[in-house]
Amino acid sequence: MSMDRRKFLKIAGISSILGLGATAATAVDNVWVRGLKPPQVEPNKEALTAQHWAMVVDMSKFKTEEDFQKTISACHTTHNVPDFRNPDGSVDIKDEIKWIWKAKYENAFPDQDNPYMEEKIKEMPFIVLCNHCENPACVRVCPTQATFKRKQDGIVMMDMHRCIGCRFCMAACPYGARSFNYRDPRPFIKSENREYPTRTKGVVEKCTFCTERLAFGKLPACVEAAPKGGLIFGDLADKNSEVRKVIETSYTIRRKPELGTGPSVYYLIGGNEHA
Amino acid sequence: MLEKALVGSKKYWAWLIFLSALAVSGVYYYLQQFNYGLGLTGLSRDVSWGLYIGQFTFLVGVAASAVMLVIPHYLHDYKKFSKIVILGEFLAIAAVTMCILFIFVDMGQPMRIMNVVLHPTLNSVMFWDSMVLSGYLFINLLVGWVTLSSDRKGVAPPKWIKFFIYLSVPWAVSIHTVTAFLYAGLPGRHFWLSAVMAARFLASAFAGGPSLLILLALIVRKVTKFDPGKEQIQTLGTIVAYAMFANVFLLGLEFFTAFYSNIPGHMESFKYLYVGLDGHRELVPLMWVSSIFAAASLLMLVIPRVRRNETTLALACVMLFISLWIDKGFGLIIGGFVPNMLNQVRTYWPTRQESIITLGVWAIGFLILSLLYKIAITVREETEGIEIEH
Amino acid sequence: MKLYDGGKILVGLVVLLAVALFPFYYNIGKVNAKPEPKLDTPAILQLPEQDRKCVESKAFMRTEHMQLINNWRDSVVRDGYRQYVSETTGKHYNMSLQNQCMRCHSNKKKFCDECHNYMAVKPYCWDCHIAPKEDDKS
Repeated sequence: MSMDRRKFLKIAGISSILGLGATAATAVDNVWVRGLKPPQVEPNKEALTAQHWAMVVDMSKFKTEEDFQKTISACHTTHNVPDFRNPDGSVDIKDEIKWIWKAKYENAFPDQDNPYMEEKIKEMPFIVLCNHCENPACVRVCPTQATFKRKQDGIVMMDMHRCIGCRFCMAACPYGARSFNYRDPRPFIKSENREYPTRTKGVVEKCTFCTERLAFGKLPACVEAAPKGGLIFGDLADKNSEVRKVIETSYTIRRKPELGTGPSVYYLIGGNEHA
Repeated sequence: MLEKALVGSKKYWAWLIFLSALAVSGVYYYLQQFNYGLGLTGLSRDVSWGLYIGQFTFLVGVAASAVMLVIPHYLHDYKKFSKIVILGEFLAIAAVTMCILFIFVDMGQPMRIMNVVLHPTLNSVMFWDSMVLSGYLFINLLVGWVTLSSDRKGVAPPKWIKFFIYLSVPWAVSIHTVTAFLYAGLPGRHFWLSAVMAARFLASAFAGGPSLLILLALIVRKVTKFDPGKEQIQTLGTIVAYAMFANVFLLGLEFFTAFYSNIPGHMESFKYLYVGLDGHRELVPLMWVSSIFAAASLLMLVIPRVRRNETTLALACVMLFISLWIDKGFGLIIGGFVPNMLNQVRTYWPTRQESIITLGVWAIGFLILSLLYKIAITVREETEGIEIEH
Repeated sequence: MKLYDGGKILVGLVVLLAVALFPFYYNIGKVNAKPEPKLDTPAILQLPEQDRKCVESKAFMRTEHMQLINNWRDSVVRDGYRQYVSETTGKHYNMSLQNQCMRCHSNKKKFCDECHNYMAVKPYCWDCHIAPKEDDKS
């Protein structure tokens, strides 16, 4: 059988590629692919668990600026969130990273226009954060599942290791809850929490309902730091939980509910005595 | 056939060196961006996609336009396109390569790009976009190469290539539909949340791409011995006219829905772009240039006398290309982010580094285009007089 | 026999050799000592000798610690499990680089970096995970 050089090289090339590929594909039983499963791994015994973590925000309990600052900085300090404020207090909005912050009524609830409503509500700040939606748009669009909805408790989680920094989730989130690391955040971390990692440039981050605290039986940092009854945190699926009782007995609104995202953060209207 | 790209006149080499210089400066600034982070661009927490993604969006359209040559020639037996289909396919290769490069420079963690393949996510439009773009690149490389080498040998291409040629038609439609889906399925952004998004994308693709092809054909006629043909250019001009009409019409539909419904969420982005919002008027002059150029070029294209004159046709194509570049490559993206999801106006403008990187990617695209066109034109010049059968 | 384009070929060969052999002649004279990771951290020395065991055996760790850490990562972040049951000892460990591994191995420079530097490996864990504070004595 005669064969010209070109044909020989083509066959040799394709065979080598197939050979290498087959070697890789058949190396199935190695630790890379296996992963860890119970009983080799277990959840912490002291972990707080729920079927559907949700939060009720009662702005009537936030009375002073200090109340806000304590809540916000508890989160940002615990999680090594960088502070891009300039010495004069102004913020470099461009690179800004925030997991929880204040917004006026017209910004938190833009489609609930009510020009003659109570002046106090118009002017007061509302605590806003990731809503850990039941039907999150960010999870739907992420090409690598770097952001995903935890099956066990509904928290919309971030895997910073897998994020490729495409920022599709930031475009998709209807609440502007996500931040991107446009530069190395480490020089801007005011006080380091050595028990929690930082992030690196090029990944997206957001509130994770403090999964690392829930795993050790602690409530989220903001809930703990907020004035008593300001942030109520609990299992919406549990009929006896405080969040469920508050939502069933008082009037609450959510941000942009018409979009079908099903936010899990509810805002109490009118304040209540549940504390 | 690759060796044909290495032989050329002094002007050819000067052009390649010029493009290479632009490409190198783009790479230099990209390395700076790689080290510092995307903070080197004008992007922010509120406007998280900008020039890079805009260019990618625009170029997907240019890439899809190869199909405007393939459909008449292979599906409707319009033999007149037989000599220039290759120009469309090679333009598609250059355009898709630029798309991929723009996505790459826009990523925060480009070294992790294989995560999209290692962890395929079927519900993510972006996953599908990367799949269809890679597929389209492969199809055009295969089809272009096989048909051109057959032409060079003076024989008909192998029969199996017909499968890929026919495949390229729905595939071209898909790359742009999927890219439109990146925007059209996001719940919070009313400027993008429109059913006609994909139709608009396709219309502007089929106007913008062939208009670039017309300009390239005219340039090719001027600097080489190959003449794409007056009739071929005229047919392309007709295609551009129809597509541009559809594009302008669909944009008009968007305006109607936004302003007749009077829903603030739908109107505000249009206001920001065309008249300014909250005192911010950064994009207003640019958007009006785009609209005026669009109207003018459409007018010129529908008047047969003006379209038949190749000088005015070229002028119309230039204005059209610029108009669509502004609209798709910039306005559409920024408009979706302003106002932000909390109804605040935070604006964006590309930085110097960002612009040079962008220019560098365009230079790489044109480098690829020039090299491929050199090969194709040389083959055409060599096979002058030999009947092409495909 | 005539060597056509001989000048260009010889120049090309010289350039090729210069580039391909660079890693070798650049390192001539540089001492590359065998890595010796140190285990004498205060945390380890505090433990009684028989308890100075890592999560898994030394042999396992030497070859598999990369995969183990990766698996811990996926388990903690993605699956929500935080307790690891050791294959060798059956003891439970908190799956955490910063809060478990580095508690004992608090000398990253004389432990982790020893082998990593020798192998010219730069794991990017430390871009995010905070490395333990060390006094720079050497």
